[in-house]
Amino acid sequence: MQHDDVIWDLIGNKSFCSYKVKTKTQQFCRNEYNITGLCNRSSCPLANSQYATVREEKGLCYLYMKVIERAAFPARMWEKVKLDRNYAKALEQIDENLIYWPRFIRHKCKQRLTKITQYLIRIRKLTLKRQRKLVPLSRKVERREKRREEKALIAAQLENAIEKELLDRLKQGTYGDIYNFPIHAFDKAMEKQEEETESEEEEEEDEEESGTREFVAEEEFEESDLSDFEDMNNLKGSSDEEEDAEEQSSEEEETEEELEEEKTKAKSKGKTPLKGPVRKKRAYVEIEYEQETEPAQKSKAT
Amino acid sequence: MDSNEAEGEETEKKSESGPCFPPTFSVSEIKNKQRRHSMFLKLKEEKRKQKLELKKKKKKERKALGDKAPPKEVPKTIENQRIYDETTVNPEDEEVAFDEGTDEFSAYFNRLTNPKVLITTSDRPRGRTVRFCEQLATVIPHAHVYYRRGLALKRVIPQCVSRGFTYLMVINEDRKVPNGLVLCHLPDGPTAHFKVSNVRLRKEMKRRGKDPTEHVPEVILNNFTTRLGHSIGRMFAALFPHDPQFVGRQVATFHNQRDFIFFRFHRYIFKNEKKVGIQELGPRFTLKLRSLQKGTFDSKFGEYEWVHKRHEMDSSRRKFHL
Repeated sequence: MQHDDVIWDLIGNKSFCSYKVKTKTQQFCRNEYNITGLCNRSSCPLANSQYATVREEKGLCYLYMKVIERAAFPARMWEKVKLDRNYAKALEQIDENLIYWPRFIRHKCKQRLTKITQYLIRIRKLTLKRQRKLVPLSRKVERREKRREEKALIAAQLENAIEKELLDRLKQGTYGDIYNFPIHAFDKAMEKQEEETESEEEEEEDEEESGTREFVAEEEFEESDLSDFEDMNNLKGSSDEEEDAEEQSSEEEETEEELEEEKTKAKSKGKTPLKGPVRKKRAYVEIEYEQETEPAQKSKAT
Repeated sequence: MDSNEAEGEETEKKSESGPCFPPTFSVSEIKNKQRRHSMFLKLKEEKRKQKLELKKKKKKERKALGDKAPPKEVPKTIENQRIYDETTVNPEDEEVAFDEGTDEFSAYFNRLTNPKVLITTSDRPRGRTVRFCEQLATVIPHAHVYYRRGLALKRVIPQCVSRGFTYLMVINEDRKVPNGLVLCHLPDGPTAHFKVSNVRLRKEMKRRGKDPTEHVPEVILNNFTTRLGHSIGRMFAALFPHDPQFVGRQVATFHNQRDFIFFRFHRYIFKNEKKVGIQELGPRFTLKLRSLQKGTFDSKFGEYEWVHKRHEMDSSRRKFHL
């Protein structure tokens, strides 16, 4: 016989029920047919012989009903009614199925249906948005990569590589005439030229020796002796060459730019001004001083 | 080889004293762990002694010969022993030159377009990532940072194209730290996906200089030897405008070593023509290429030019792809 009160006494308040989950302030019921999820006298599916729930399966809502007449047939106890996808129609269906049932159960069923439709809508919206894909990391692989990266960093010797590259670019002349000291390159080129065309140079020098003055550096003078490149301005020979180069390069800037546009390198991002014409004109010295070095020149002359 | 050496050892020991072992014997066959361990240690000692003797002998010979000694052997490094990659680019290769003249970056390298970069992150970036984005934007000229706001990349890309951006950079974040970079060249250019590691922001750098100025930096690309490396190198090069302003004296370096790309940003000063001083400004990070896709970002239907497959590609320690 179905005595709900007896059942509730046995499992309900402060007794043991296997579906009961107790927390500090509340008791929950884990029974899958429970309508509210709490452990109450009116919500317990075991202690109520007339009971109804709304449950959702694969996006569809169903109304489950239990009546006392079927209490003896556990296999057929729950009557399953498929509810309409339309929310309003589903509400009407609930009303029509639970027409003479207690208010509490009707109300709670509708509440549950509302909640379920809300979360189904949310699921559908989220699946349309971008999903975050979780890619599992393998700890072993990560550790291995980290170690390899450290070793690669040591092997790379970044500072040395960068410095080397910058010095190479300076030697190649990608910086143009911004820096005053690529003199070694000039000296080397000069030496080469002297070896090749000594006689020509002698002739040219003989022609122009009368009247023209030339200030040159000492033979054993080396640029590296100077640490501060401001002192470079005091050097007559070097500054002459630089000024010549500057004068000539300013004249030839336009031609240089045209030539640069023709040759663009993908990797080196600087300009490569032609050094050819400048070098060829080296033998003939036309002295035009710029303002800033004039006083220095005068002092050295005397 | 181990068994042979063990054999040799055993025969030596035979003459002194001790047990006789059967010819094909290896230390690993002893079942008792302690004895096995002690035999192994003895074996190692023997090997080490032999090595030392050999070294001493060589040194003596070298001294004796003096000038006529053969030149010192070059030590083997991973770079020396690298397995030769068939796709290594020969500088004079015509086919490569032709390809580069007609690929997606040709517009940039023919000076038809100027780079304009859009930097963004994944959803809801945390502080570190945001600061990293800002610093990147100072390093790369014409870069703009935009907050993601949950937009889908496929919708972002046509908008960027219409606004004239040439690059889209998405920094992916995991656990409050940037860990991925998607670099997408915009008018349907290639998309590269990198793993980012060891990000150091400006605050965390030791002995750093002042903030970078607005001048256009120079670019250094080191060690991009293979075809794949070449295309990645061009991708990085196209991020920066053509004409660096040497007045700024800033240089951005992408250095490839063993498939790791190290990014550094320095300010340099030439002390004389043989010495240059560099000072690190700017953020630093390392990249490792994970995939290169032909079109713009499309994870489902994209055509992948290169994908890192761990089991095939990581099996050898001497094989590198960039």
